[in-house]
Order: sequence, then structure tokens, then C-alpha cells
Amino acid sequence: MKNILQSLRILLVLTVLTGVAYPLVVTAIARVAFHDAATGSLVKKGGEVVGSALLAQKTESPKYFWPRPSAGDFATVPSGASNKGPTSADLVKSIAERREKLGKDAPDEMLTASGSGLDPHISPASAKQQAPRIASERKLPLDRIENLIELYTERPQFGIFGETRINVLTLNLALDQPQ
Amino acid sequence: MQAHDWIQLAIYLAALFVLAPVLGKFMHQVFSGERTFLAPLLGPAERLIYKLGGVDAQREMRWTGYVVALLAFNVLGGLLTLAQLMTQAWLPLNPEHLPNLPFALALNTAVSFMTNTNWQAYSGENTMSYLSQMAGLAVHNFTSAATGIVVVIALIRGLTRRSGDTVGNFWADLVRCTLYILLPLSLVFSVVLVQQGVPQTFQEYAAAKTIEGAEQIIPLGPAASQIAIKQLGTNGGGFFGVNSAHPFENPTPFTNFLEMLAIFVIPAGLTYTLGLMTGDRRQGWTIFGAMFALFIMGFGLSWWAEMQPNPATGLVSNMEGKEVRLGIMNSTLFSTITTDASCGAVNAMHDSLTPIAGGVALVNMLLGEVIFGGVGAGLYGMLVFVILTVFLAGLMVGRTPEYLGKKIEAREVKWAVVAALAPCVCILLGTAIAASVPAGSATINNQGAHGFSEILYAFTSAAANNGSAFAGIGVNNDFYNYALAICMFLGRFAVIVPVLAIAGSMVGKKIAPPSPGTFPTSGFTFIGLLIAVVLIVGGLNFFPALSLGPIVEHLLMAAGRTF
Amino acid sequence: MNATLNPPTSTPAPAPESSRKKPTAFTDPALVRGAIIDSFVKLDPRTQIRNPVMFVVFVGAILTTIACFTDPSGFNIQVTLWLWFTVLFANFAEAIAEGRGKAQAATLRKMRTTTMARRLKGDREEKVAAGELRKGDLVVCENGDVIPSDGDVVEGIASVDESAITGESAPVIRESGGDHSAVTGGTRVISDRIVIRITSEPGNTFLDRMITMVESATRGRTPNEIALGILLVSLTFVFLLAVGTLRPIAQLSEKLAGQSGVINVSLVVLVCLTVCLIPTTIGALLSAIGISGIDRMIQRNVLATSGRAVEAAGDIDVLLLDKTGTITLGNRQAAAFIPAPGVDEKDLAAAAHLASLADETPEGRSIVVLAKERFNLRARDVAEKHAEFVPFTAQTRMSGVDLTTPEGIVRMRKGAAESVRRWVVENGGEYPQAVTEAVEMVSRSGGTPLVVAEQHCVLGVVQLKDVVKGGIRERFAQLRKMGIRTIMITGDNPMTAAAIAAEAGVDDFMAEAKPEDKLARIREEQAKDHLVAMTGDGTNDAPALAQADVGVAMSTGTQAAREAGNMVDLDSNPTKLIEVVEIGKQLLMTRGALTTFSIANDIAKYFAIIPAMFLGLYATEAGGKGPLAALDLMHLHSPQSAILSAVIFNALIIIALIPLALRGVSYRALGAASVLRRNVLIYGIGGVLVPFIGIKVLDLLLVALHLA
Repeated sequence: MKNILQSLRILLVLTVLTGVAYPLVVTAIARVAFHDAATGSLVKKGGEVVGSALLAQKTESPKYFWPRPSAGDFATVPSGASNKGPTSADLVKSIAERREKLGKDAPDEMLTASGSGLDPHISPASAKQQAPRIASERKLPLDRIENLIELYTERPQFGIFGETRINVLTLNLALDQPQ
Repeated sequence: MQAHDWIQLAIYLAALFVLAPVLGKFMHQVFSGERTFLAPLLGPAERLIYKLGGVDAQREMRWTGYVVALLAFNVLGGLLTLAQLMTQAWLPLNPEHLPNLPFALALNTAVSFMTNTNWQAYSGENTMSYLSQMAGLAVHNFTSAATGIVVVIALIRGLTRRSGDTVGNFWADLVRCTLYILLPLSLVFSVVLVQQGVPQTFQEYAAAKTIEGAEQIIPLGPAASQIAIKQLGTNGGGFFGVNSAHPFENPTPFTNFLEMLAIFVIPAGLTYTLGLMTGDRRQGWTIFGAMFALFIMGFGLSWWAEMQPNPATGLVSNMEGKEVRLGIMNSTLFSTITTDASCGAVNAMHDSLTPIAGGVALVNMLLGEVIFGGVGAGLYGMLVFVILTVFLAGLMVGRTPEYLGKKIEAREVKWAVVAALAPCVCILLGTAIAASVPAGSATINNQGAHGFSEILYAFTSAAANNGSAFAGIGVNNDFYNYALAICMFLGRFAVIVPVLAIAGSMVGKKIAPPSPGTFPTSGFTFIGLLIAVVLIVGGLNFFPALSLGPIVEHLLMAAGRTF
Repeated sequence: MNATLNPPTSTPAPAPESSRKKPTAFTDPALVRGAIIDSFVKLDPRTQIRNPVMFVVFVGAILTTIACFTDPSGFNIQVTLWLWFTVLFANFAEAIAEGRGKAQAATLRKMRTTTMARRLKGDREEKVAAGELRKGDLVVCENGDVIPSDGDVVEGIASVDESAITGESAPVIRESGGDHSAVTGGTRVISDRIVIRITSEPGNTFLDRMITMVESATRGRTPNEIALGILLVSLTFVFLLAVGTLRPIAQLSEKLAGQSGVINVSLVVLVCLTVCLIPTTIGALLSAIGISGIDRMIQRNVLATSGRAVEAAGDIDVLLLDKTGTITLGNRQAAAFIPAPGVDEKDLAAAAHLASLADETPEGRSIVVLAKERFNLRARDVAEKHAEFVPFTAQTRMSGVDLTTPEGIVRMRKGAAESVRRWVVENGGEYPQAVTEAVEMVSRSGGTPLVVAEQHCVLGVVQLKDVVKGGIRERFAQLRKMGIRTIMITGDNPMTAAAIAAEAGVDDFMAEAKPEDKLARIREEQAKDHLVAMTGDGTNDAPALAQADVGVAMSTGTQAAREAGNMVDLDSNPTKLIEVVEIGKQLLMTRGALTTFSIANDIAKYFAIIPAMFLGLYATEAGGKGPLAALDLMHLHSPQSAILSAVIFNALIIIALIPLALRGVSYRALGAASVLRRNVLIYGIGGVLVPFIGIKVLDLLLVALHLA
């Protein structure tokens, strides 16, 4: 009984400390120092929120670069993955369908669903593979598209961490930018 | 396997080697009651907490007192969370008006967070209110982590104290651990996470109109503060459903690096603390060495497997379930680390890993989460194996076995065996029951051997208090919610109680001075032996099950078979 | 005390090698026959359940036997037979280990029951059975009588034949008073008459203890055995669970593979897998190892009061050893003649020689030998000289000879400096200062001076020196490597002690030690958490023997000493302590080695049985081999031959390892780290590899014999 009362008191104190004070302090710091980053890294176009720089969005128009496949069809609440194993017949079928749609030379990552279902990035190879389609749809010279890809290619962070990649939403917004 | 990958790996390992002693030394100061550099700032807070909590920090407890306090605190915390989750709709900070959780899910979740497992049969975005996340689940992230750490500290006290029969004061250990170690680290880490793009706000979810004109809801919340402790405390429970694969939970390769480092830094540091508490740093490095070797072996195997083409799907790189910004190396490294430690956060879907990489994740957990392991839990788990190793090896050199000069006798062997085998029993029985009843295999997401692996993984993850999943399997149903809750509870406390019992029976023992006839528990011979015992005692029981899961699946994949 | 009457310490103890020449249990047909019969007697479930690991096999054998009735296939019958063999082999291992002890106990018991005692009632004697004697009774034993019970000689002196207990045929002297007063029931008086006060209640005599010890080494399990038992039972439990849960798991896998009837999880196969995985090797041999450890002690004529004591011996890290008899030869030897001024060394030697001719003590003999070596003096015909020998007495503390010569009687004496000085002065002679100095010098250098005088004239000093036993230095070096520190106990002065300690290579010494100092030193070492062993024989040693973690009492010692120690050395050879430590270590090592071996074996067995059970799983064509055939590393003939080979290997390895269990693993005095590496290599790595070879060979044999 003594232990239960003791437990309750400590639980209360620690909840206030770690469950209330701590997140409030972090939120306060975030609000002051990193307001945009703390509120979803929202991207605006003409004052309208068009998405988050960190989240992929469903883009099907051939005028745009397409992000990686999403097992949850780009749902955000919640997002999800296929969770298909390496010997899954369903997976093989999906890959075949995507290959059909994207072409034989589509890189592996465009044939497979991302982990988050909201992977905002594709590799430069995937972007280049899509470039001719964009160029023809938008009736722009291919090298302009390729220059844009080059321009928006993110190198490993600090030159060390992660892969070379391109944010699809940012690149698509750049496509829509007037000259 | 390019140079770029090797450099990242090297930086990670180097950071671990550098940080382990620094943090280890600091933790030693905290638990020996020494004044730390944070004392001017946190000293008054500590005294205030003792006052508010009614704690007499100087009063030492015997192991039984420690166990009772620990159980009372944890179970009560779990019950309060259970109540909170079932009433969250009526509580504040619920901008999305999420409903109350049903009992089975609430129970599973409460047990899961109480036991440091963070198995999630839900997705945070559409299930948990902000209050449930931060003042319910995140509080457990702190307290369950602190519980693990103080248990190993009590055990080391038992192994090293020269007199007395007490192992410390649970309340004081808990408070000091939270206040001096977990909170400051989390605070710093969460600010970095926010800077990199992790949300930290109480605003409701944002709405966007995509470039193609569709509606997109952008989930938000006080995520950074919870993600920091979920990594540091090896909890692993994601703020968002897909955990650290979610771009909000792990936005950049740098956050990924820090999240991986955060998982290992306390468990690795604790080995150094062990060295300091025993007065012989080699003891700590020896354990570190054994863990490190097992980690590298597992990672090497995983990475190699993930780089092999898959004849079944015809893919060269296995990007299913992975994120482009992280790539294969970082995903494999994360999957190894998160299952070595009982973290369970994932940055790639384990269900879609190759059979060998998924098998490594599974084996890491089956061995009892002792490869760095959960905060505290990994080290006490490993010390249980050390006791068994010393027992076998001591017999082989013809002396009654001793560790750190204290004799290992029937009582310790008995408790060590209980601690080592309790999770094992849960896993084998749970899997067998799931295999026998329709509900067990009704919700599997893959056919063939992989379907069985999903079931085995679920029970393993629960009993080992990991929390990661072969997430395709549907587990938000009565069978899995209850069965896994039982496994999580036993996997946690059927280990902690014996471990504290060992602390209690060792604390009063004499310390025999070392001689050339004493079996040395530091050095490479011991590392080799310890690894062998971990693999054989920890893993041999699971060979039949593994052969029907990952092993046969690997062979099937190589033959290009699909299901 | 009479210095001439101490043969017990000088009787050479049988070398340990000699006891090894006794036929081993395995080669003695009578023992083997008895053990085979016992193997069947032990099939009693009440016996089986005492060993949980083997009980699982026992139950498994019963289950497969039942299965044989419902499905009498060749495979089932063979499996059943081999499982019964496994149980019988384990029984046999225990029985053969018990065999020798049982035989010995039977002889001893016969001796105890038939003895009649002559009890003294006042002046009267009455005949009673030995079993009726109570503590404090007085009994008489004369030439030819068997001593009825343990006791102390209170009157008389006699030669006693203790061969019934020690196996040593040379008789020993037992007399009242002093440190050689204890007699043991069951031994036989072969000369003279003694009166004995009984010191043990019936049922608690030395003989009783010995019988209990040799025949029931199994009864009390030692702490270490209990700890190992817990580990083995737990492993058994968890393997049972692993196999028990395999059936539903396998059935689900079959379903997921979309197949049916391709896996073999029949009861018989599951029993096979269980039996192969649980640690049967060590489970079967565990009690044999313990019994044979105690048996090895008994073979070396050391009687431990409990298995616990034997085990504790392995943990000893401090040895307290008496200098005399252990480190040095029991007696000092003449090393030099130091003549007095004006005396020729040869004259001194001649006198000393004469004075020692009749002295049968080792010291006396050594003087004769030295004189012969140095001056070629030979034993002259003493009778011609009309010599009369003067024996040593406690009063005079001198011995010598009186020669009747034409000039009169010449008295020659040798003895302690002070006694001789008094004798010379009494005879009107002078005791030169130079002799006093020589005496001091000898003492300082670690020797004992004996002064030789003729009538009133001091001739000089004979220097007696301690002689360190051959090989003892190497022995101590080995002990040091094993982590055992040796401390020499001596009554000598510090300088003498230091000299001998340096020569013998002990780690530490205690000089001028009184018996109570021994006790203090043991307590001091124990306070530093050392485990201490010592030997002792005198009543004075009893407290220290009781305090020591391992106290080995000399069988020649007093009853008090024998009761205080937890071991009795029937040979009364103090060096035996070192062997005792080795046996203790060997006992633990054998257990550890076989446990490791047993567990390591599982790997190969998995690779034999798992593919055999699941061969057809995921096969692409009916009856074909599935992917798990890849695990069949040994390329065994068929699933049935694979399982059968594993079971047979599991049974035969028990028989193959019985000699090792009885003999103990080979012991080398090395540091813990190297011993460990060696044993891990042999029993760990070996334990992984051997079954791969063994199972493959058995599989080939089975095929060749058309059994599978």
C-alpha cells in the first residue's frame, strides 16, 4: 500500500516533468527557433498550402514527375507500406504492373513501394528516366528538364550522410514556375 | 557497397566508441550519487522531486523491496495509461477528435509502453490524441527506460558491493536516471530533430491542396519530443504509424544517423559504467566487445543479403519498403541496430527485408536482446549470459565458478536460467498457439514461409520487448492484442525479477581475490566464449522454428519461388 | 616422547602411480557383470526420476515402445531399442562407477559385523559385540585381536596392521599418549597388548563413515552438482518445449506451403529429436563423474567426509603445509662435522659414527652414512669392542655408546648442545667457547647442531640439515601456475625458515609457529576470502583442521585430529594434499567438459534430423526433395537413416565416454586461461565436429547392414 501511494506520487511528478513540462519546453524552443520546420515544413504556392516539403503527394499527370509507388495510395492518416516479403507473388505482380506502366528501364525504386508510403524522393536516375515524358508533355527541350533535375539534385547531407536524391514536389513546383 | 557506405559506417562506429565512455562515465557519476556537472542546474529540481514524491533517497532497499517498488510503479503506470487511452476522447489536447481506444487495444498498448516494448497495433496519426502521446505514451518512454537502467545498476551493485544486503533505492535511482540522463539528452536531441524538420506543435493537422488539386491532410503533433526519447530509451514506438520511415519522424539522413546513434549510446555507455563500477574497465570493454562483435556479424550478414539480387522478383536492389533518402546501407544498419537493441523503431519495413536480413533481425531478438540491447535490459540480459558462461567455463577450469570474485552457485544459476528462458518459453508457446488456432494465421499478409515468419516475428518481438514487426500481419484483434500483451509482460518482468534476485543473492557474497587460477572474465577468450554461449543457449532452441521461417524462405527465394 | 619409535612418518607412502595399477573398473569382469545387472535394476521408475534428463529418455522409450505395437515398422523398432539402450547405458555408467565402492563397502561391512570386543568392567573382562560399544568404554586388545571400534590407546604399546583400511601392509606402532594414540576399528593388533578407550558411538565410527562414503557417493549431491543439475533440467525443459511446439508450427508451415503429408512430425520422430537435443551425454554421466571423483580419492587412500569436501578441494587457493615431512624429508640429515679446537675432524667423525651405530633413527643413520662417505669409516665389529649402547631418553636427551676398553670404560655421547654441555661439566670436563660458537652458527644457517663428546672432552659438532624433498620445488611452481599459494609452517627460527623456504620455493612461510598460530593464519587468509587447505596430525592441529576449508588429517594422527578434518589420509602422506586439490579440480573439469561436449553435439544432430523431418516441404514435385535438403550437410542416406544415426550416436557416445567420466579429463597444472582454451578446443570444438563424423559413419553402416 505504501508502495502504491509512493508510486502514484512519483508517477504524478514524473508525468508533469516528462509528459508536460518537457514537450512544452521543446515546443516553445521550436516555435521560437524553427517555426516552419516544427509545423510540417509546409510549402506554399501563391499563398496556398500545396503540401509538405517532406511528404510525397499523389501525382499522376504525365506533366509531372511521379514519386515512388505508395502502398497506401499516398494516404497520410495513416500512411503505410505493402509489407510484402521477398517471395510474395503479389509483389511480383505489382512490380510487373509498374514496369508495364513506367517502362523496362525504370529503376528498381520506382517499381517498389516505399517504406513510409510518402517517400518524397526519387533517385536522379529515376528523374532522368522520366525526363523525356515530361519534356514531350510540356513541349520543352529535354536538356532543360535535365538541367532542372541537375539543379534540384540533393547530394548526401554534409557530403557524407544518405543518398543522392531529388525531392519530387520541389522539382514539380519548379516545373510549374514561369521561366 | 560503395566507399560512401563504408565511410558512413565508419563514422557511426567511431562515434559509438567515443561516446560510450563519455556517457558511461557520466552515468557512473549519476548512480554513485556523485555530483555531476548538471548538479547546479538540476540539483534543486532533484530535491524538489524527492520532496513532492515523498522519497527518502538515502534509504537503501534490499532486492525484494526494490522489486516491489518497481512492480508497483510500473503496473500502476500501465493501469493509468490504460484508463487514459480508454477516455482520451473526453480529455484535452485532442484536436482531431479521436475516439476512445477499445479495451483490448488500450491494454495491449499500455502493457507495450510500460514494458519498453512499444509494440504498436495502431497508427498514431489516426488513433492517439496529442495528450495520449505526450502525457501517456511518452512518459512511459522515460519511465520504462529508466526502469531498465536502474535494474542493471542494481544488478551491478549486487555484483560489486563488498558488504551489506541492499542494492540501492529504486525511487532515487529512477528519479536521477530520468532527470540527469534521459531528460537532458532528449531535450538536446529533440531540438536537433525539430531543426531538421520533425514537427513539434499542438496545432491541428494541416490541410493542403496538392499540385494536382487533391486534398492532402498533413498530420502534425508534438512529435520531436517523443521521437527523441523513443530512440534514446530504446522504446521505438513511433509517433506516426510507419515510424522512422516516415519523413516527419526521420526527415534527413542526418536525423537517421542520430537516431541510430541514440539507440546504442546508452546501452553502449552502460558497459563502460559496468567497467567503472567493477573497478576494472576491461570488464566493461569485454562485454562491449562481445556485443560489438555480434552486432557487426549480424549487420555484415544483413547488408550482404540485402545487396543480393532477388531471383523471385527479378530486382537487383531490394527497395521495397525502404526510403530513397536513406538507401539500403542505412536501412539495413538501422534494422540491425533496432533489433540488437530492444528499440523496435524502424526506418524500413522489416516485412520486406530479404529472408536473411529479416532473419538476422529475428535472431537478434531471439538471442534475448543482449547485443547492446534495450537500455539497461541489454546489459542485464548479457550479464545473465555472462553468469551462465562463467558457470560453464568455471567448471572447465576446475574451480567453482566466480564472476568479479563472487561465487556463482545454484541459486544464481537457477535465476539466470529463469531470466534467460522466460522469453524463450513465451515465444515458443505463443507461436505454437498462434499456429494452432485459426485467429493466429487468419491475418497474415504473406503466404508461404514468410507468413509463418510474420507470426514468429510478432511473438519474438513482444517477448523480447522489441516492438518492431513484420508489420503486414494484422494484429489489432483480440487474439494478438491479448496474447502479445501477456508475452510483453512476461518478457519484461519474468526477466527483471530474477535479475534483481541475482543482485540480491550476490550482494552479500565475499569477493575472492583474483589469482592465476581464477578464470579471467576479460579478454578475447572470454569474448569468444560469451558469444558462443549467447548463440548456443540463446539460439539453439529456435533452430527448428527458424528453419521453417527465414531459412527455408531464403532457399525458396534463391530458387525463384513465390507464394 | 621416544625418538626411536616413530616409524609411521617414515614409512614411505605408496606412490600414486602404484594405486593406478589396480585394475580399472572397466577391465574387471566381475564389476562389469555386476554393473550390467544393476543397469536393469535401475530401470525402476523411482530410480529414473531422480535424474530428470534421463527420465525424459525413459518416458520417450516407453512412448516409442507403445508406438511399436500400433506401427511395428523396422524404424520404430530400431529407434525403440536404441532408446532403451540409451537408458541402460546411462544406468550402466552409474552402476560401474558405484561398483568398486560397493565391493569395498561389502568387505568393510563384513569386518564390522563379525568383530567381538573384550570390554573391561572394572577388572573383569566381558565379551560383547562391537556394535554394542559406547563412547568411553574401555576394551582390551591383544595379539591377533581385531580392534572393535575407534579409540585412543590409554595403556600399552602395540604394532597394528591397518592394511584392511589403508591397504598398506607394513604394521604401525600405536601407543598411549602422544600423537600416535589413535586406533581404528577394523584394524588388527599383531603384537603386545593395549587398552583402548572407545571414542565413537556405534554407527559413527571411522569404518561406518568409510562405508557410507564409498557406497553412497550418489546420495548427497554437492552444491556444484545441484547448480549444474538446474542448468541441465532447464535445458531439457526448453528443448522439450522447442520440440513440443514444433508440431503445430510444422503443420502450419505445411499448410502455408499448400502441401499435405510431406512432413514427418510423428510421435516417434519427435521423441528422437527430443532425446538427441536434451543433454543426455552429461545427464547420463553426471553421477558417474561424481562417484568416480570420490573413488579416485579413495584409491589414493584419502577418505573425504563428503563430496562437498572433494569439490572444495578444487577451489583451494592457499595451502598451509608443515615443513617437516611435507616439504623436507621427515628427518634431518648429517651434513658436516665441525671439530672442536685441537680435535681432528676424523676423530670427531669416528666418535660420532660409533655413538650412532646403534641409533636407528634416520638422523643416526645419516651420521653413519656421512662418516662413511667422508672418511670411509665402516661399521666395525661392535661386539668385539664390548660396546654397550645407551639409548635416547627424554631425561638425558642424549644417546651414545659405552666401550669397554682395556683402559676402562669410554663413554661417548651425542645430543642437544645443552644436554651434552651439562654432561661434560658433570664429568669434570670443559665446554669450549668455540663449540658454543659453532653451535650458534649451525643454528643460524638453518641446521640443527648435535654435540659429540667423549667422557669429559667435547669433540665437536655434527651439523644436521633439513633436506628438501626432490621435485617439491617443481610441484610448488605448478601450484603457483594453478593460482595456489603455498605457505610453509615451521617451528624453526625465521632465519632457518627463510633458508628452507627459499630452497623449496614456497610463496610464504611462518616461522616459530605454534599450533594456535596456524589457526590464526587460516582465519587471516579466510578473512581475505581465500580458501585454505592444510594437513595436520596432532591434537593441537584439530582447531586449525576444523577451521580450514579443506583439512586433511593424517590417519596416524590423534582421534581429535581425525574428527576435525574433512578428509583423512590413510597413508599419512602430507604431500597428498596437492593430489587432493588436483582431484577436486579434475572432478569439476570433467563435468564442465562433458556438459560443453553434450550441448555442442546438438548442432550436428539438428543438421541430421531437421532436414529429415522436413525433406518434402516446399518440394516442387510429389515425393521430391524440398529446399531444406540443403541443410543435410552430411548427405545422409534417407530421412530414416539420418534420424536413426543421430539416435544411435547419442546412445553410443555415452558408452564411449564412460572411461573418460571414470578417469576424469586429463589434468595439467596450467593457468586458468590456458586450461580453458584447451578444454574449449577439445570438448567445445570437438563436440561440434565429432557427431558430424559419427553420424555419417553410422549412416553408412546402417546402409551397409541394410538396417535403413
